[in-house]
Amino acid sequence: MSISIQNIHKTFGAFQALNHVNLEVPSGELTALLGPSGSGKTTLLRIVAGLESPDPQAQGQILFDGVPVTDNPVNRRQVGFVFQHYALFRHMTVFENIAFGLRVKPRGQRPSKDEIRERVFSLLKLVQLEQLAQRFPSQLSGGQRQRIALARALAIQPKVLLLDEPFGALDAQVRTELRRWLRHLHDTIHVTSIFVTHDQEEALEVADRIVVMNKGRIEQVGAPDEVFQNPASEFVMKFLGDVNVFHGRVHNERAVFTGEAHEEAGVRLLVRPHDLAVQVQPGAGLSIPARVYRVMTAGPLVKIELLDGQNRLVQVHVPHETYRATPVHSEQQVYLVPKESRLYGQDSERLEYVI
Amino acid sequence: MNDTKATTGFWSNAALTAAALLIVGVLIVLPLLVVLQQAFAEGAAAWLASVAEPDARAAVWLTLGVTAAVVPLNTAFGLAAAWAIAKFRFKGRSLLLSLVDLPFAVSPVIAGLVFILVFGRHGWLGNWLDAHNLRVVFAVPGILLATLFVTFPFVARELIPLMAEQGSEEEQAALSLGATGWQTFVKVTLPNIKWGLLYGVILCNARAMGEFGAVSVVSGHIRGETNTLPLHVEVLYNEYSFTAAFACASILAGLAIVTLVLKTVVEIKGEQAADNGGEA
Repeated sequence: MSISIQNIHKTFGAFQALNHVNLEVPSGELTALLGPSGSGKTTLLRIVAGLESPDPQAQGQILFDGVPVTDNPVNRRQVGFVFQHYALFRHMTVFENIAFGLRVKPRGQRPSKDEIRERVFSLLKLVQLEQLAQRFPSQLSGGQRQRIALARALAIQPKVLLLDEPFGALDAQVRTELRRWLRHLHDTIHVTSIFVTHDQEEALEVADRIVVMNKGRIEQVGAPDEVFQNPASEFVMKFLGDVNVFHGRVHNERAVFTGEAHEEAGVRLLVRPHDLAVQVQPGAGLSIPARVYRVMTAGPLVKIELLDGQNRLVQVHVPHETYRATPVHSEQQVYLVPKESRLYGQDSERLEYVI
Repeated sequence: MNDTKATTGFWSNAALTAAALLIVGVLIVLPLLVVLQQAFAEGAAAWLASVAEPDARAAVWLTLGVTAAVVPLNTAFGLAAAWAIAKFRFKGRSLLLSLVDLPFAVSPVIAGLVFILVFGRHGWLGNWLDAHNLRVVFAVPGILLATLFVTFPFVARELIPLMAEQGSEEEQAALSLGATGWQTFVKVTLPNIKWGLLYGVILCNARAMGEFGAVSVVSGHIRGETNTLPLHVEVLYNEYSFTAAFACASILAGLAIVTLVLKTVVEIKGEQAADNGGEA
């Protein structure tokens, strides 16, 4: 089932949560809404679910497979919604939690007792927690609770599955595991899914498509590779992964980065840590002077922390072999040479100067 | 040195415990014993006679009747008010919250007087009520209104913090699973608050049976008609019928003890339920 979001606008008092958002989510895909807190991603998800309504003045629409559902309340939208804090029914067993959506169906559509039992156990099998049917939510770990919440949402055979920061309340290890598991689950059941996250790594790892949001607007939509390799804006580049920012100015049609303290206004050069080379001598092209602050050799990459002329921290990641060829020590004066970089002007517009 | 410390601890603990026991004994246990002793001072037969006397019986029935009418109404009002206040943000929310608290803030006697001013013969609605041959003040409807007013906050006050703490995510989950509003209320909201609700109902019940001030103002003290049990006790006492007064008082005391036992049971059950389904 495809989802079409058309001109959705939402304000809470004076705060503009969503600013005329348009988005198409193709059928069967797993899409991530990625953005910092306050970017409107959760609000958008809740509007798709029907838990929140868009501002009526903008006459925005939500369509499932081309059919408008904007006026349907949440209980008639047939969406599976997974909450960040699980929202399991605390007075019901795991079995009853999953059976809930089937038991509340109108008499004509309600499955028989045996069918409900069968359905609940097949879902428990899907989330690999068959042995926990008679437990109460308080007796489960966070990861187990979230899997039960997912099974409960899937019980009503939803047209779309919506997950609000599904791993946000879990610790790092369980999170990575559940992330992989969610991807695997989606490959098994292929239900159109949208999940909200502020964790770029999570989005890059799990999603088919990433929608990057900022201040109630969509900054970029694309495959993980696309948004990472080809960010559409300075915001996307900064939000997806670590990035170093060098401040400089334009002089004689060329961008200049001397690393001097007075070069505040002007242009910014964005370079990812693995796109910087550390040299002892300045190169022929752009080389930015910096001073080594700290070197961390433990880990898959050598991490070098430096301070540029403006005393801003610069991070460089290099493979161990490269580092062994030209080792550096703290307080050493070196030159940084960007291999891949992007230049942005005062109003965040992309610039194409020779550097 | 450890020994000294332990001994000091022992003595201070003992002193505190003794003080607590003394206060409870003098203020609560002793009066209760006096009530019982006075009630049975002339033997069980005299007690029975006082209690079975028609006016006393009428007072018991009136009290039970008023309670039976008021508690369900205030349970419904309290639930509705708590639900609205705890789960929604709307204009006038804090006003509603203040209104819920109003009966706690206003002296019951003042509340009774307000009802007289509104419904009494010389009150705002007095002429209209007279014309339609309706009696509110110095009749059962007045007692009902006064008791309703005084006991209004109990259920709501018990539920508001509980419901606010639980939030509305479970309700949203139920709705997203296709439940109707009513199904959500019955299957999710109500089971989550049932012990708190029961606790509020018991407190409301206790106050409804024992209310004196507001009821005293609006009742008119008509024997066998508008005298509730607490009022009847006062009337008998003022007539120097001590045995009869204490006999009736012992019934109230008995009802209070039943309430206390129920309350304790509910509290324990509620805590167990919280332990089971606690921080889900």
